[in-house]
Amino acid sequence: MKKKPFKSLNKIITYILLTIFAIISLLPLYWVFSTSLQLSSYQSQDMERPVSYVNANPPKLYPMGIPLYFEHWAEAREAASEGDLETEKYHRDMMNYIIEDTFSSFVNLFTKQDVGKWFFNSIYIAVIVTFGILIFDSMAGYVLAKKRFPGRNIIFWVIISTMMIPGQVTLVPLFMMVGKLDLMNTHWALILPDLAMVFGVFLMRQYMYSIPDELLEAARMDGASEWKTYWTVVLPLAKPGLAALGIFTFMSVWNSFLWPIIVLNNEALYTLPVGLKTLQDANLASFKLLMSGAAITAIPMIIVFILFQRHFVKGLTIGGVKE
Amino acid sequence: MTQVKLDPVQQENIIESSLQDTKELKKSNKKPNTVWRDMKKNYSAYLFLLPKLILFVLFVAFPVVWAIVLSFQEYRFNGSIFIGLDNYIDVFNSEAFRIALKNTLLFTVVTVPFSVISALVISVMIFGLGKISQSFFRSAFYLPSVTSMVIIAMVWRWMYNYDFGLFNYFLSWFGVEPINWLGQSATALWALIIMSCLIPFGTGIIMYLASMGSISQSLYEAARIDGASSLKQFFHITIPLLKPTTLYLVLLSTIGSFQVFTQIIMMTGGGPGSSTETLVHLIYKTGFRDFEYGLASAQAVVLFIIILIFSIIQFRVLRHDE
Repeated sequence: MKKKPFKSLNKIITYILLTIFAIISLLPLYWVFSTSLQLSSYQSQDMERPVSYVNANPPKLYPMGIPLYFEHWAEAREAASEGDLETEKYHRDMMNYIIEDTFSSFVNLFTKQDVGKWFFNSIYIAVIVTFGILIFDSMAGYVLAKKRFPGRNIIFWVIISTMMIPGQVTLVPLFMMVGKLDLMNTHWALILPDLAMVFGVFLMRQYMYSIPDELLEAARMDGASEWKTYWTVVLPLAKPGLAALGIFTFMSVWNSFLWPIIVLNNEALYTLPVGLKTLQDANLASFKLLMSGAAITAIPMIIVFILFQRHFVKGLTIGGVKE
Repeated sequence: MTQVKLDPVQQENIIESSLQDTKELKKSNKKPNTVWRDMKKNYSAYLFLLPKLILFVLFVAFPVVWAIVLSFQEYRFNGSIFIGLDNYIDVFNSEAFRIALKNTLLFTVVTVPFSVISALVISVMIFGLGKISQSFFRSAFYLPSVTSMVIIAMVWRWMYNYDFGLFNYFLSWFGVEPINWLGQSATALWALIIMSCLIPFGTGIIMYLASMGSISQSLYEAARIDGASSLKQFFHITIPLLKPTTLYLVLLSTIGSFQVFTQIIMMTGGGPGSSTETLVHLIYKTGFRDFEYGLASAQAVVLFIIILIFSIIQFRVLRHDE
């Protein structure tokens, strides 16, 4: 009983420390969004020159459009109540201008740059690879876990041992192969090597172990073909494993960078990360524009994470996945 | 590209199950005909494996073998020629490789212990909380791990900006003069190291939390009855029982930091000078800027061997001192 005040003090300190750590952890992401929405140029009546809040020293810690918008809104209302139509119109125009400027870089990216195309490329490549991996890896994982046939162990061990080899080893040969197959500057050059990733085979095999043999036996007794057993019995039971594998595959394809910058050099074919790099290299882009591109790339993964959190935890604890 | 490492427990399971299989196979191997019959009987299993196997052979196995062959060759437009160990001799004699290795080692030696220990500390703190706060903080620390390293690198470059960056602004609160973080060789590598230390090790936190959840509460109760303080409980129960997870996470983050690349190409390009050159960035430059395919392959094979040696050492050290 005596210990209680000490314990609650402990808890408060824990909360304070964790909050500080969480702020440090999320600060970069916050800064992406804050900069992407920062007011890039602003001039009110009483200012001599327009100021940019993006390149401000000291930096503005939140989008300045928000307080300025409400200032003008308040002034517009005041002017309206006094019947000063001209002043009211000025403040209304400023409000519109602030909104326009705040979102200008997003509009710019989708209209003047190829970001819309890059977004589409990223999505469709990630979706194709994810579905391919789910089907092929679950088929392979199923027979490796549940069937006994000559060569099973050799095949499994060869596949697993290549997981130890860092991706950089195959970079040059893959590049030469892609050249010989005439796939340079096509999306096949991204999709095919990604479909060959092996971690899903391991993950699926681990997961399929937990499916009871009796269920498969029962399906066979009912005269179901191998394919039917797989499709109607095995896959539904493996759903949680499939969900985890699907999410991690999608994430790793969406974020993949080293290989795409090697095989793509046609702007129309870029994926988002590659496009971001060229935007940055062009050196013409302001940080507002760059951070807007970064935000567009980050948002889909953040949404996926929020929707499927459970599966992230599951996926990490089945096999342990890393980028 | 994504990789998976097995954690030790799972590895043992696999080894056990495959040992059993080999025994069974050996039994059936007595008659030469039976293998063929087994294969015919199980033809559907091979059909299930076929799509993945074709992709694997074409885009993984074959390139690995080719990389090893390439590392003994010099690439010419009209056909490559074998030059024996020359590429490997070049690798070890070159100043560039030595610098890249030194930078990569420094990066790894600082960031790996920091990430793993901070993940452990944060997990212990989170584990004591209620359910809702637990999942809130877990998400907050994992969220940066789902965003692309390209984005993280871009925003850190912006935060390290000399004139308008957040970092110099925060430092100015303490009266520190602005620092040209990425622009001078004295600080550039350290700027990248600090960045890696401050990005939470999300995978580590989630895995530690899961492992802590599986430690039986009765152990702690027994310790409490014996009068052990919570610090003592932490060092004598929690840490030893988390050892397999720690080993796995150390291996994972070591492999990851040996392959550090995205930050380098997005933030410094290896410079100024070669102060932030790392192994993978060097491989990238050798292969795809200088088109020295043979040398790049040899560098990659050496990288693989270094990672392998480190993994074996860590496995030995962390596994057998219980």
